[in-house]
Amino acid sequence: MQHGKYRFIVGFLAAPLALYTLFVVWPFVQSIYYSFTDWTGLSPEFSMVGLDNYARLMDDDVFWKSLQHSLLFALLLPVVTIGLALFFAFMINVGGRPRRGAAVSGVRGSSFYKVAYFFPQVLSIAIVALLFQFAYNPESGAINSGLRAIGLGDVQPLWLGDPDLALWCVMAVLVWSTVGFFVVLFSAGMASIPRDFYEAALLDGASRVTTFFRITLPLLRDTIQSGWVYMGILALGAESFAVVQIMTTGPGGPDYSTTVLVLYVYQSAFRDGAAAYATTIGVALLIVTLAFAAAVMRLGRRERLEY
Amino acid sequence: MGSTSGHPNGGLGRRDLIKRSAALGLVTLPAMGFLSACASGDGGAGGSKVEKGKVTKANPLGVNETAPLEVVIFDGGFGQQYAIDAEKKYNAAFPKAPKVTHKATQKIQSELQPRFNGGTPPDLIDNSGAEQMDMGVLVGKKQLADLTPLLDAPSIDDPAKKVRDTLRPGIVEMGQFDGAPVWILYYAYTVYGVWYSRTALDRLDAQYPETWDEMLALCEKAKKQGIAGWTYAGKHPYYLPFSLYPFIAKIGGREVLESIDNLEPNAWKHPAVKAAFEAYYELQRKGYILKGTPGLDHIQSQTAWTKGRALFIPNGSWVENEAASTMPKDFDLAVSAPSGLDASDKMPFGTLWASGGEPFIVPAKAKNVEGGMEQLRIMLSEESSKNFTRQVKSLTAFDGGTDGIELTPGLRSGVAALEKAGENVVNPRLQDWYVKLQKEQIGVAGLGEMMAGRLTPAEAISRIQGFADRAAQDSSVKKYKHQ
Repeated sequence: MQHGKYRFIVGFLAAPLALYTLFVVWPFVQSIYYSFTDWTGLSPEFSMVGLDNYARLMDDDVFWKSLQHSLLFALLLPVVTIGLALFFAFMINVGGRPRRGAAVSGVRGSSFYKVAYFFPQVLSIAIVALLFQFAYNPESGAINSGLRAIGLGDVQPLWLGDPDLALWCVMAVLVWSTVGFFVVLFSAGMASIPRDFYEAALLDGASRVTTFFRITLPLLRDTIQSGWVYMGILALGAESFAVVQIMTTGPGGPDYSTTVLVLYVYQSAFRDGAAAYATTIGVALLIVTLAFAAAVMRLGRRERLEY
Repeated sequence: MGSTSGHPNGGLGRRDLIKRSAALGLVTLPAMGFLSACASGDGGAGGSKVEKGKVTKANPLGVNETAPLEVVIFDGGFGQQYAIDAEKKYNAAFPKAPKVTHKATQKIQSELQPRFNGGTPPDLIDNSGAEQMDMGVLVGKKQLADLTPLLDAPSIDDPAKKVRDTLRPGIVEMGQFDGAPVWILYYAYTVYGVWYSRTALDRLDAQYPETWDEMLALCEKAKKQGIAGWTYAGKHPYYLPFSLYPFIAKIGGREVLESIDNLEPNAWKHPAVKAAFEAYYELQRKGYILKGTPGLDHIQSQTAWTKGRALFIPNGSWVENEAASTMPKDFDLAVSAPSGLDASDKMPFGTLWASGGEPFIVPAKAKNVEGGMEQLRIMLSEESSKNFTRQVKSLTAFDGGTDGIELTPGLRSGVAALEKAGENVVNPRLQDWYVKLQKEQIGVAGLGEMMAGRLTPAEAISRIQGFADRAAQDSSVKKYKHQ
């Protein structure tokens, strides 16, 4: 009874596919096309230059540096953010001591924590970046003032002004501002795990750590996987651009220490008047992002448990 | 069996399909899409020009008296009121034309790049600010109108004089890139140098130091009182050249700067450059730079300076307006030409960097090119120029025009510094010819690293020379030379 299946699918998907092609696929095709030209972005005239832009890319130290940073963002940020969020969500939802009436509950004050963690999420990333830029001010910022207040006046790092620290400072802000979203996401996931699983584990005398690794983590697998892809793409794209662009103004930190691919795309297109070269970097970013998503999807493939 | 569940060999199931399309949707999120917003337009369509009007004495540029005019102003440190005032004069001069369309924005490039690309730019643009469009590219791609007719038109105040004869020295040359055409008219006139508070120096019982030994002695004295000698915009170290480049010229003569601008091989290896770098590096080594400076942006460093935590800051004359809110009433702002190295310097004390700011352009494809130029002619009248100076505490390209205005301390000292400099005004061009080289490579990766103490002067010089050589060899960068 399979005949006519594709006609059925195509019939249903024709309109969305057309829209998708027009607004998503076509710009990609266009961008790739422009990467073979010398288009400046400031005039409609351009000519084909073949692989020149790609040759230039291979030979561009700043590109390689920003690629490194972007990869670091994509690998490290999801690990830290999702790890932290899992821990927090677990403590809020099932990590508390057993109390009378409820076998499974969060730690004391968990409803407050839930709000507190989510709070950064309601702020625009631009505001978060600005706030932290003030906090990192080595001369009068909150962090160094705090260090002085507790008698650590000799420890006065330059933070965003130090090429060894700047990238970590930026990452810390991204973790701070996104972890709340994943706490909420994972809380929802945990809420759908049947309570009896936990009760059974509790009756068997399982510790909190065991419960987490044997019940919560396996059953949250799908949620974590989506979160992972989402976070990776955030770290490669929009969010990393915003924090780097706002906090480490200039060309992306001292000595290119915080340049990321998206920032480099932006600068090439809108500062250097080299839109074609920018699309070339964009193509590189596309490849990185596709590879990242494919890797996560493949690693996460396994049997699904129905409950 | 229907096809609703995913059989291992049953082809494409519904779930698989949804999963795959979701995956596709996810991976197409990233940034490349935004570039499509400015994908190449259909070039030239709709860009029809208005007919030229009759040339008369009152209308020397031949403006079409019934054509609309559109002006876009950068809404930055100088605001937009001065432009609105000048546009009212245009309305009065051409009552039959529709009112001037005025727009002010901080996002010059993101708003105007697509319009250039589509061939429908406005008639007059103040191309300034952090989102300035790259002038080298605009010129190279023939997107700008030649302003020579404007410069040869009679001035508003005195019909016997051409507009070009009413401008400050250097303004016309700055608007040229390669040969005779004038592509840009810089409306403001900026004095760069070492800015300080006279009050703060008085408290130390000191004068502005004219030689480097005096500078070091003064910094030492200040240090003993817990005041730093210098601070600068650590995150934008391309402010350092405002005092460093004229310092180099003073030590080795203006040819050194010209060979640097011309991207000549080994230009940075000149002994004058080395001497100047070493002098600045000594400030760092001896602890005369405000602690934490490499982590401050321009506003933060200016605030530390107005609070009296540092004596000197390299900056431009916009600082008086920009730092006004944190500047104490008795600050007594002043600017000085950079201190020299010693008696063997090639140029006298007073050698100064002063040049045009606020670049105004008329696009080649503008509908009303004559109108755009006429609007500039109005702005270059004595009355409009005075209005600008009064409003934003900055000089304009119009020579003079300060009589009868009560000058603020910073502006007054800027005028005095210009008088003292006389012929010895230098005008390095890296920052308008090669933006990326100047700001990001020389500024941040070279000078910034050296002043943070992470590179020695010798290392900084060889690094910067490397950047300059790469730029010289890069065929995608259009090259310019001092004439």
